[in-house]
Amino acid sequence: MAHHILHMPCTEADIRKLRVGDTVTLQDTLFGIRDATQIHMFDRGRRTRFDLNGHAVIHTAPNVRKVDPSGTNQAGYEAVCIGTTTSDRMERFTRPLMEREGVRIIIGKGGLREDSARAFQELGGCYLAVIGGAAALETTWITAIKDVDMDDLNPESLWRFAIRDFGPLIVGMDAHGGSLYRDVQSSVEARRAAVLAKLGAG
Amino acid sequence: MSVIAPPGTLRVTPDAIEEAAKLLYIRALKILPDDIKQGFHRLDATETDGLAKSVLATMIENIAVAERTENLLCQDTGIPIFNVEIGRDVEVDGWALKQAIARGTERATREHPLRSSVVHPITRMNAHTSCGAHVPVINIDFVETPRRLRLTMIPKGSGSENGSFLQMLIPADGIAGVKRFVVDAAIKAGGKVCPPTILGVGVGGTSDLCMHLAKVAATRPLGTVCEDPEGAKLEVELSEAVNSLGIGPQGLGGDSTAFAVHVEVAATHITMNPVAVNVQCHSARRASATFTPEGVEVGF
Repeated sequence: MAHHILHMPCTEADIRKLRVGDTVTLQDTLFGIRDATQIHMFDRGRRTRFDLNGHAVIHTAPNVRKVDPSGTNQAGYEAVCIGTTTSDRMERFTRPLMEREGVRIIIGKGGLREDSARAFQELGGCYLAVIGGAAALETTWITAIKDVDMDDLNPESLWRFAIRDFGPLIVGMDAHGGSLYRDVQSSVEARRAAVLAKLGAG
Repeated sequence: MSVIAPPGTLRVTPDAIEEAAKLLYIRALKILPDDIKQGFHRLDATETDGLAKSVLATMIENIAVAERTENLLCQDTGIPIFNVEIGRDVEVDGWALKQAIARGTERATREHPLRSSVVHPITRMNAHTSCGAHVPVINIDFVETPRRLRLTMIPKGSGSENGSFLQMLIPADGIAGVKRFVVDAAIKAGGKVCPPTILGVGVGGTSDLCMHLAKVAATRPLGTVCEDPEGAKLEVELSEAVNSLGIGPQGLGGDSTAFAVHVEVAATHITMNPVAVNVQCHSARRASATFTPEGVEVGF
C-alpha cells in the first residue's frame, strides 16, 4: 500500500500508478461538483468556463459565507464548512465527466458502480474515498474558494478550491478495474446466508 | 370565552421558542451528544480491521476539530426536524410555536450562515431559508410531566435518509420476513448511508406510522432500549446480525457497521405485517432545550 502525492492537474500515467488500497494526498486545485451541477452540464447541455482537464472533482455542496471579493476570496465566498456527499446518485455522470471534460479523479463517499469502474479502466481515472461526515477536518485542507461557475445553482455551483495537503484519501476504485466497494459487497453477500440462518430467517 | 392560565402554569412565549430553535439548529450541527461519542469509542475498542480503525480514528478526530474550530461536523445541514414534547400545565400558543420554529430555523440559516439544503420537490428551487412546505418537520407530542416543554432539534442528513425502506409484509412472512428485510436493507444501503449508523426499524402500525417509528428509532439516543420487550429482543438480535455483515465504517469493510439497531413497535392490523427502516448516519446530531419554571436548560 503506497502513498502518493499528486499535484493537480495530473496525467493518465499518474493515475495508472494508483492501486486500490493506496492512499493519496492532493495539492493545489480541486473542483466541487454535485447533482444539480451535473444534471445541468450533461442533461441540459450547459458548459462550464472552467478547464477540468486532468483535474479532480469532489462531490460536494459547501456551506459558504458571502464576503467582498478580495485577496484570497476572489470569488466573493469564504468557506464555512466543506464536506462530501454520497457519490452513488451521480454514478451516470462519471463517463461524461471524463470523456467530455477530461476529469481524471472523482472524490466522494460510499463509492461508485460498475459503469464507473469500466470508465476508470478504459479512460484512466480513479475514485478516491474521503471520510464522509468528517467535514470540519476536510475544511482545514481547503485554503480558499478561488472561483465559482454556474452559481445560479448555489449551493450546487461548480466551485474551484485551492487546497493544501488534501487527504489522505483512500483509492477506492483504480484505473485497472479494481474496486474496494465491489470486494466488500461480494464478501457481504457471501456472509448473508449465515447471518440470516442465525436469525432463523434463512 | 377566554381561558386564563391558572397559577402554577408554565408559559412559553413564541420569542423564547424562536431563540431556542435558532440556537439548537446551530448547536446540533457542531457538537455530538455524549452517547454518540461513547459509541465511537466502543466501536473503536472492538474493531479488528485496520482500515476500518483508521476510518473511525478520522471520524473521532473530526469531532474534536469541529469543537475546536466551532465548525459544523458535517456539511449536510439536513432537513430540520423539531420534536416538541408538551407537558401538563404548559401554556403555549401552538400555531405561534410552529411559526416561531420556522423563524428560528431561517435565522440560523441566514445569520450563521448555513447551507440551506431544502428545495421545492418539483421545481428544485432553493429559498435559502432551510424552510419550505411542511419543513421544518415538526412533531408535537403531549406528555405527563408537569410544567415542562422540551424542544429537540435533529438535522437529518440526506445520505442516510435516502437509505429508507418500507415493505408491507403479510402475516405469513412472520417475524422472519421482518428480520430478512432489515438485513437486506443494511446490505442495500451499504456505505452510502455513512456507517457506522443507528439503524432504525419500525414494526407494525400503518404504512406512515411504521415509517415514523423507524425515524423515532433511528434518532433515539444510544443506550436506550425499546419499551416493548419483544422489540428489545429484536434490537439485540439485529444489532449482532448487522454487525456480522462486514460492511464496516464508510462501507470499506470492517466490524463497525452500526452503533446499534433500534426498534420501535406499534399495534397493527390482523392482515398486516409492515416493516420500515430509516438510517441515522454516524454524525448522529441532536440538541434540545428544556423549558421549566426554573429556566431553559440546553443539552442533547
